[in-house]
Amino acid sequence: MKSKKRLEKFTIGVIGFVIAIIFFFPIFWMFLTSFKTEVGAFSIPPEFLFKPVLTAYQAVFARGDVQKYFINTIISSFGSTLIALIVAIPASYSLAFLKPKGRNFTLLWIISTKMMPPVGVLIPIYIVYTNLGLIDNIWGLTAIYVMMNLPIMVWLLFDTFSNIPLEILEAAKIDGASTYKLITNVLLPISKSGIWSASLLSVILAWNEGFWCVNLTNVNAATLGVFISSFKAGEGLYWAKMSAISTLAVIPVIILGWIVQTQIVRGLTFGALKE
Amino acid sequence: MKWVLLMVFVLLVAIGISSIAAVTTITIATVANPDMVIMQALSPYFEALHPNIKLNWVILPENELRQKVTTDIAVHGGAYNVVTIGDYEVPLWAKNGWLVPFTSLPATYDEGDLISSIKDSLSYKGTLYALPFYGESSMIYYRKDLFAKAGLVMPEHPTWNQIETFAKILNDPSHGVYGIVLRGEPGWGENMAPIDTVINAFGGEWFNMQWQPQLTSPAFEKAVNFYVNLDRKYGPPGVTSMGFTECETFFAGGHAAMWYDATVAAGYLSDPKTSSVASDVGFAFAPSDVKKNTGWLWSWALAIPSSIPASSEKSEAARTFILWATSKQYIKLVAEKYGWLLVPPGTRYSTYENPNYLKVASAFALITEESIDNADILHPTVNPVPYIGIQYVDIPEFEAIGTQVGQYIAAALAGTQSVETALQQSQDYVLNIMKEAGYIK
Repeated sequence: MKSKKRLEKFTIGVIGFVIAIIFFFPIFWMFLTSFKTEVGAFSIPPEFLFKPVLTAYQAVFARGDVQKYFINTIISSFGSTLIALIVAIPASYSLAFLKPKGRNFTLLWIISTKMMPPVGVLIPIYIVYTNLGLIDNIWGLTAIYVMMNLPIMVWLLFDTFSNIPLEILEAAKIDGASTYKLITNVLLPISKSGIWSASLLSVILAWNEGFWCVNLTNVNAATLGVFISSFKAGEGLYWAKMSAISTLAVIPVIILGWIVQTQIVRGLTFGALKE
Repeated sequence: MKWVLLMVFVLLVAIGISSIAAVTTITIATVANPDMVIMQALSPYFEALHPNIKLNWVILPENELRQKVTTDIAVHGGAYNVVTIGDYEVPLWAKNGWLVPFTSLPATYDEGDLISSIKDSLSYKGTLYALPFYGESSMIYYRKDLFAKAGLVMPEHPTWNQIETFAKILNDPSHGVYGIVLRGEPGWGENMAPIDTVINAFGGEWFNMQWQPQLTSPAFEKAVNFYVNLDRKYGPPGVTSMGFTECETFFAGGHAAMWYDATVAAGYLSDPKTSSVASDVGFAFAPSDVKKNTGWLWSWALAIPSSIPASSEKSEAARTFILWATSKQYIKLVAEKYGWLLVPPGTRYSTYENPNYLKVASAFALITEESIDNADILHPTVNPVPYIGIQYVDIPEFEAIGTQVGQYIAAALAGTQSVETALQQSQDYVLNIMKEAGYIK
């Protein structure tokens, strides 16, 4: 019986590792490719053993101001997440605890905005942004990311808040806590893991975003997504250079994910075993 | 005295401020093709020559660039002062009034030196609306060593039937060499570019004079069948994911006996640093059938969007930059810094008369020049047609229909459907679009 359980555990472990390797392999291949020459990156059959070179990284740094693209990406992804949190927390609180009339319709309407392809609203947004002087403006891009991530954040926080026993909030109310105090001193600390996972998801989505940054920025507000796409060409080789800048671009997200991974797992599984 | 000194100081400060204010910044939208990467790398030389002009670069993939620039011009955004476009866009955009014309070019620019077919392709009603940065036609690349070993001789002007025979003889997948490699990746500028020239060669056309689609005509069907069979029988597996770059590296790696594609690859294939077949690569004109001179014509050109007033400082600075980047002096600068093999080809007769260029490019230079010179975008087919363009049809709808038809044909290349089915689907799709667009009643 014991050995059967051990075998079961071992099999699950192996399957888990295999799945992890499948998921991780593209990132590993990108990392390897970034140290190849352009001709080596395209070689048939693919090279696993090769002499690593830094020419792709040198070419990336020679092409443009990498630091500027990083700063713009940090401002737009973290800035939009912060603003979205400020809006989403009270919105989710009211939807979860005050249960307004037509709550389900409101929730559905909020998420429905995510179902529309972004290109459908490109022209009106482009015209509005041109008139407001927000084209190639980092705050203009940040505002778009706020709108882009707000629905997901509201839904995730709504789910987190909905799983908090109402009795806890009522006890705080009886103790005389105002709504503001209730949210900041009671609700936020106990739903910390949910807020972390929603925030990280928002940061990652904004960090990796490729449509709006390409269409709404040019020089001053261009993010890493724009810089990465600039290497793709109809003629010429670019895989090693693209892998080099992509490797640099994913490092901060991987580190961030690593730091908050415990919180994310707790946040995403919160309420999963609710009786 | 103090007052005089103060006045002089104020004057100097004012001059300083006005000279700072006089710097005009222009934004250039371009693609990351190797010639454009060199242009960006050499831009400090332009800024040194013109200290009052600062250059900003926006580099994007071709399709994103096209979409973004179109949006910006259509809404008069004015985000770009110089845009990189091809001869498909120039007449269409000029007709819409989106581009500033290039009239009264300075004598030093030597307008007469521009290759006439390229100049015509960038003109609308006889006026130039963009200046050519580099130009290309199409040609056959082949392995001289494999041909010699098999006792074969590539004619200077081969026919498609000869190419098929060569491909059949030289196809040797067990030793890692395929008979031919051709583009299969779907797209109007991808697989449809070589396919369109085969269609023209076989006597087919996209539309008759009444704009009725001709995609199921015997000539069109014969051409597409030929291309699909050639690629499927003697080409590598997975051709539907192979575009220009994939084919180029495949051939440069020594995996194919022949490749039919853009003349611009000749320098890359002849360079031992990038090509393992540099000493064995041979060049021949685009293959023909019932039609001769079937090579395509394409140029990447620099233009000024009309969303900023033509008389503005930015527009003037943009014109100055374009005149520099497309000049004989720029070609000389590239040669000095990168070597003659890497100069932007296909724009000026003088490049092909330059002994230094001919010294490194003699094997392909004259074929390239003649192919570009003979390409006739006004008469691309055997039968008369109502459109211009060799590997494209110069109507706004072609971007969509070319890409959709490219996808149907890619399915035939992948073997998931027959050529007949692919062409019937294409015919129905194109007919529908042309009716909706009002070409057909």
